[in-house]
Amino acid sequence: MLYWDQKAETINRAELEALQLKRLQSTLRRVVRNVPFYQKKLAEGGVTPRHIQSLADARRLPFTTNADLRETYPAGLLAVPREDALRLHTSSGTTGKPKALFFSRKDVNNAAELIARCLVMTGVTRHDVLQNMMTYGLFTGALVMHYGAEKVGCLVIPAGPGNSEKQVLLMQDFRTTVIHVTPSYALYLADFLEKKGVDPRRDLALRKAFVGAEAHTEETRRKIEQALGVDVYNSYGLSEMNGPGVAFECEHKCGMHLWEDNYLLEIVDPKTGEPLPDGQTGEMVLTTLCREAMPLLRYRTRDITSIIPEPCACGRTHRRLSRITGRADDMLIVRGVNIYPQQIERVLMALPGVGRNYQIVLEGLDEMTVNVELAEAGFDGHVEHLTRLQAEVADRLRAEILTKPRVHLVPPGTLPVSEGKAKRVIDNRSL
Amino acid sequence: MSAVNLIAVFAENQLGQMARITRVLADAGVNIRWVTIATNDELGVIKFLVDKCDVAYRSLQGKGWTASLVEVLAIEVEDKPGGLHAVADCLARNKINVENSSGFVSNNRAVLLIEVQDIAQARQILAKQTLRLLSQEEILTL
Repeated sequence: MLYWDQKAETINRAELEALQLKRLQSTLRRVVRNVPFYQKKLAEGGVTPRHIQSLADARRLPFTTNADLRETYPAGLLAVPREDALRLHTSSGTTGKPKALFFSRKDVNNAAELIARCLVMTGVTRHDVLQNMMTYGLFTGALVMHYGAEKVGCLVIPAGPGNSEKQVLLMQDFRTTVIHVTPSYALYLADFLEKKGVDPRRDLALRKAFVGAEAHTEETRRKIEQALGVDVYNSYGLSEMNGPGVAFECEHKCGMHLWEDNYLLEIVDPKTGEPLPDGQTGEMVLTTLCREAMPLLRYRTRDITSIIPEPCACGRTHRRLSRITGRADDMLIVRGVNIYPQQIERVLMALPGVGRNYQIVLEGLDEMTVNVELAEAGFDGHVEHLTRLQAEVADRLRAEILTKPRVHLVPPGTLPVSEGKAKRVIDNRSL
Repeated sequence: MSAVNLIAVFAENQLGQMARITRVLADAGVNIRWVTIATNDELGVIKFLVDKCDVAYRSLQGKGWTASLVEVLAIEVEDKPGGLHAVADCLARNKINVENSSGFVSNNRAVLLIEVQDIAQARQILAKQTLRLLSQEEILTL
């Protein structure tokens, strides 16, 4: 069994919790000293660092929200002198101002350390060639992974997303073994290889894919594994928490270990904000424990998941997250019904006649259309068969989401392909 | 023998789709002898009888269209009142369920194209009747 940082990864729970408390207290002292936003927020809640004597006391701390990050843009949450910050990332979100994320030298190194743990736990070594297909730039996805993979000693190919012709050439010429990719682009790439007559099992050296930046389903994982002939590991991160490497699957692929020596993990009821016990599904709340440049207290991630408290066979003591079932922000309300796009994806990816790309369009007064690509080999020239498949998709969707959408079956390769994060939902409702 | 291939193209039900497809066939030097369109509200399948099926298939695929070959039976119909009825009656008596059909007349010879579930079985049954099935070559030289 291989670890990058065995001591940190297998630390016993009591020591881990003592370390968390120590780091939480130190984080609190620093924000109270250096960040007026938190001084004010803590004062409003009548909390001082002295009140936090155990991890259970953390629930007395105020939440930090998405809106707080936008309101304090650009530098309102910076906890170090500007000249100690050496990297800026932003997270665009979908509306309004971006969120600015600062990293100190130590933060950049820490983020890379966590990535190194993630890579090594899936069996990556310095002999691997990692082709990084995430967007390089303001987005954290590519750069953070890049630094971590270099730390492990892989040969890193900073390919960025898109330009599939070039991606294939690089994979062939440099015998790429690992790709870091969004699920939507992985599926597109699989189609592209099929069209080009490249058989990944025969013509490429791919072994693993790290799939992240978009919530996706177990069905999608299987589809990618099958199409590319790789092991797919679910990767969780968010820019507010350094980007990728917050939580990652080990070789057992049963939940993502969240690095608890770096993040204090809570699951809360998304409506009341009350903490929920392990195993219950709710919104994940994270507090940074090691971050210098921009510590965040009890950040509401909006991601819906649960904690798997049982020990893992890999020996790591850091608790696991179950697959993210959706971002609270992604939830759609259509005709009064709450729907997560992942529910739709799960239905589609389990139907053999359906291809790898889809789109949800909301229009008018709550009309929902699901555009679905037909599977590459799914056309036999008969309109009746297409009609039947269309009806089957609609019926299965109704069983899952309790409302029957219009289903629009389209030829393979005709829906727009995203190169960064997939835009699956188009909301043009005039509500 | 005596099966006829049509080339079927999956097209979204939107303006100009037909023209985009026929442009590909024209550029490939494919001659269209006959065309039929089947649609539901959302989508359509356009089927062509062409002189060069393979060329048509390859060039459509090459341009990103989703295409497929469809095997049909081409039955010669007498070009007079009751001609089609005689064929339809024969199909009914032999319990051949027709999924799609279409017909045309060329040089005073009428042809009915039918799509059935089990083409081999239908061919066998029809061979015992007085109906005449046309081959790909025959139908292209009508």
